[in-house]
Amino acid sequence: MREFAYRRADDVPGAVALLGGDPDARYLGGGTNLVDLMKTGVERPARLVDVRRLPLDRIEPTDDGGLRIGATATNSDLAAHPEVRRRYPALAQAVLAGASGQLRNMATVGGNLLQRTRCGYFTDVTAPCNKRAPGSGCPAVSGEHRNHAVLGASDHCVAVHPSDMGVALAAFDAVVSYETADGPGELPLDGLYLPVGDTPHRETALPAGALVTGVTLPPAPVAARSRYRKVRERASYAFAIGSVAAALDVSNGVVREARLAFGAVASRPWRARTAERVLTGAPAAEEYFAAAADAELAAARPLPDNGYKVTLMRNLVVAVLSELAEEAAR
Amino acid sequence: MTTAPTAGRTTRAGAVGTAHTRVEGRDKVTGAARYAADLPFADLAHGHLVLSTVARGRIRSVRTADVLDMPGVLTVLHHGNAPRLDTDYVGMLGVPPDPTAAVFQHDRIPHAGWPVALVVAETPEQAREAAEALVVTYERQPHDTAFHAGRPDAYPADGHMPAVTEKGDLEAELAACAHVVDEEYTTPEEHHAMMEPHAATARWDGGRLEVVDSNQGTTWVADDLVRMFSLEPSAVRVRSEHVGGGFGSKGLRAHQVSAVMAATALRRPVRVVLTRRQMFSLTGYRSPTAQRVRLGADADGRLRALEHRSLNQTSTVWEFVEPGAGPARVMYDADAHRTANEVVRLDVPSPTWMRAPGEAPGSFALEAALDELAERCGVDPIELRLRNEPGRGPVSGLPFAGHNLAACFREGARRFGWADRDPRPGVRREGRLLLGTGTAAASFPAGAMPSTAAVTAQADGTFTVRIAAADIGTGARTALTLVAADALRVAPERVRVRIGDSDFGPAMIAGGSAGTRSWSWAVTAAAEELRDRLVPGAAVPPEGITVRSDTTAAIGALTPKERHSFGAQFAEVAVDVTTGEVRVRRMLGVFAAGRIVNPLTARSQLVGGMTWGISMALHEEAVRDRASGGLYGADLAGYHVATHADVPAIEADWVDDPDPDDPVGVKGLGEVGIVGAAAAVANAVWHATGVRHRSLPIRPDRVLRAGGPRV
Repeated sequence: MREFAYRRADDVPGAVALLGGDPDARYLGGGTNLVDLMKTGVERPARLVDVRRLPLDRIEPTDDGGLRIGATATNSDLAAHPEVRRRYPALAQAVLAGASGQLRNMATVGGNLLQRTRCGYFTDVTAPCNKRAPGSGCPAVSGEHRNHAVLGASDHCVAVHPSDMGVALAAFDAVVSYETADGPGELPLDGLYLPVGDTPHRETALPAGALVTGVTLPPAPVAARSRYRKVRERASYAFAIGSVAAALDVSNGVVREARLAFGAVASRPWRARTAERVLTGAPAAEEYFAAAADAELAAARPLPDNGYKVTLMRNLVVAVLSELAEEAAR
Repeated sequence: MTTAPTAGRTTRAGAVGTAHTRVEGRDKVTGAARYAADLPFADLAHGHLVLSTVARGRIRSVRTADVLDMPGVLTVLHHGNAPRLDTDYVGMLGVPPDPTAAVFQHDRIPHAGWPVALVVAETPEQAREAAEALVVTYERQPHDTAFHAGRPDAYPADGHMPAVTEKGDLEAELAACAHVVDEEYTTPEEHHAMMEPHAATARWDGGRLEVVDSNQGTTWVADDLVRMFSLEPSAVRVRSEHVGGGFGSKGLRAHQVSAVMAATALRRPVRVVLTRRQMFSLTGYRSPTAQRVRLGADADGRLRALEHRSLNQTSTVWEFVEPGAGPARVMYDADAHRTANEVVRLDVPSPTWMRAPGEAPGSFALEAALDELAERCGVDPIELRLRNEPGRGPVSGLPFAGHNLAACFREGARRFGWADRDPRPGVRREGRLLLGTGTAAASFPAGAMPSTAAVTAQADGTFTVRIAAADIGTGARTALTLVAADALRVAPERVRVRIGDSDFGPAMIAGGSAGTRSWSWAVTAAAEELRDRLVPGAAVPPEGITVRSDTTAAIGALTPKERHSFGAQFAEVAVDVTTGEVRVRRMLGVFAAGRIVNPLTARSQLVGGMTWGISMALHEEAVRDRASGGLYGADLAGYHVATHADVPAIEADWVDDPDPDDPVGVKGLGEVGIVGAAAAVANAVWHATGVRHRSLPIRPDRVLRAGGPRV
């Protein structure tokens, strides 16, 4: 671990000014990912700007019935918030499905969205990795890729985004707010993450030096009946090998509105809009849930050892939507 | 309360057999207990190892100049400047040293993560920064790390037992059998992953080398250092007060040797602590195994043919045999009986002993095959095992010193509710889940090794026991306190046990499930003699009265017998075949493991082993990247051990099973808890789903690929 400079910011403009667009500087949130990466040498920032004490930890309803979540709200506070649990239960479930109690007490919402992939080649500085060292190659494609992407990947990178929280946020049309030296800006979560293509090292559409200040969830009555289901290789404290955030509004046995997002299948939380289109107006029955999943997963390009994810996601979609439909029918 | 069962001794109430919390428990939970890397030393320097990034080749250059200019850097040790070591010897456990520990002796790289240099600096941060900055160039050569069955370069190897045993005409018997099982089983590379990383501080003090370490045997490590550095035995002292887990991995490793080299070169204390990632290539591991089991039985399940072959990998520099075929030499007899352990040398780190070496992976294959045979014969799996209990050692022909497996199964079956079990697979449903139960047998050798101990009576009426035992988290210090108290016929509060210091004299390591038995024997011998010497009513002189013991002759006089602990494992699982998730719902283990010294820590040991069995069955797997030859995800995020949420209610208990040939009646239970546990889980997964999983771990993707009955 090399020496680095550390400054704590008192307010948002001060934080942005402290970073100053320096490519060797990083914002420090809870540090649950960045500090690990600094220990292993994946990240070697010259300067850290600590933003964890910025006044951005509020979680409050918006006038239109949505929710505004400050970027430094901790995962623990987000999951415990009564309005989150009432209006967006899948979001609370997703947060609680991640990490451990201790990590959730430290981790922030902004940091969660910008955390890096846990691909074992990315985290090992002795291995090639196009994301960490552009142009060095991707050993995962012909090597270990059991938990790598089946959707939206390229030959240059097949890593998956590790966030659980982001999957639920994607399903609920979250909008990410940020601040730059030139003023504030917004990006829909769907547009935050860039396509992998041949530039897997370019991960987000945020302008250089931008500080994520919060996430806004628009009103979504459908989200009141929602669920997050995560499958992993042990019961706790592991990243997903496949997850689903789903919300369902059923009336008279017909799907009026559906929200669906997948985790651990792509370089970003994967909003399953194709499946949503198939579901809307369809009978709330298992065969239609399966057809919706198949429509979304038709784009899947599995590698030799991760094809099980296509089966897993199909089964998960059917299981979670069936449970929500049964609830609606009760 | 219990009674001493040993024949010829006075029956009395004592401390042995009653539950005692750890004597050092308060120190551990309050942080007062100092571990190896915690102890302060004046003028301490810190070393950080540099490991090879190639899997095979030669070191071309070590560019020390730039690093030596970095802040705080004191020296860089490597093959070009390190002192030569003697590795041509056989150590205390009867094997030559693993050359991975004898660092910096040549320019050859036999595997990824081989130690190539030690950077020493004033602070650990400076040492690590400089170590990461050190440029080492290599001549890279093609490597081969592909472990699989059927390697043409595999060869039979002895290790601690003969490579091959055979009797009878296997093919003829198999051909004549009503039921035959012929299957291949695999287990992956598994790592010890103990909590406390390896750490050592070395310093010279008045002409003596002192090493403060975290290890499983101070005289073991001291003996290796004496031989490797060609020192007088009296010139080396190794201490290891508290140890945060060992599991077989904490003997002589690169950290102690490089620390001694640096302390010698710099003439000041030097500490070397391994990182978690370094531990994955420097401290041993359990080799993957590829096993083939062939069983032939007559119509009612009596074995006529048994073959168990087990292949493991080892490094090109050290031969280590993971004797998976060993359990079959104890558990089951047959007219035709063949067992073989084979190894293949690959460009991989050296494997080593890991909790129940041989028995853990071997019992998975053998006990899963027994379950398959039970299915084919239509015989209950417990009944099948009872029908095949050997009267004598199947290979040795020796009598058993006690064979209480049947009692374990009877008691276990009663408590687990086995009698109500429907043997049909894939028929118990609970919502989306399929439920099943499984069982397996367990055994582990019960040995004693020569040890020395000293017991001192002090003038204030207290006693001090000194023995180079190791408490690696097992509760050994507490157990020996109880044993000594009973032998002295005093309350445990009057006894202080000091361990973890090679100056106390030779003693067995914490290993082979033989620590408590070996040490208890020596402590009892010294304490009983001391008691005889103390004159009732007479004052103890200020310097105390000390009696020393050495059990070498007594243990050498033991009649050869098959001496083992046994156990019966039971598991219930729930399987979601739509997601591939397997969860263990409950486990029960009933063991015959000699006289239980401290029920509190004994249960903890057994439950710990069973927990590891769950982990082995469902989670643990180190994945080797063929292209680089190194591990993929070599950290505790990538290497999954069972979490609390994976571990259900686990019950461990025992049947009365004192060893009549042991002064305390002890057998040993450090390892038998993991044996058979993974097989019980795998057998339960079959009972739940109707699918046999013969490769561990039983991951969700494997369950999904295998399919199963639709729920």
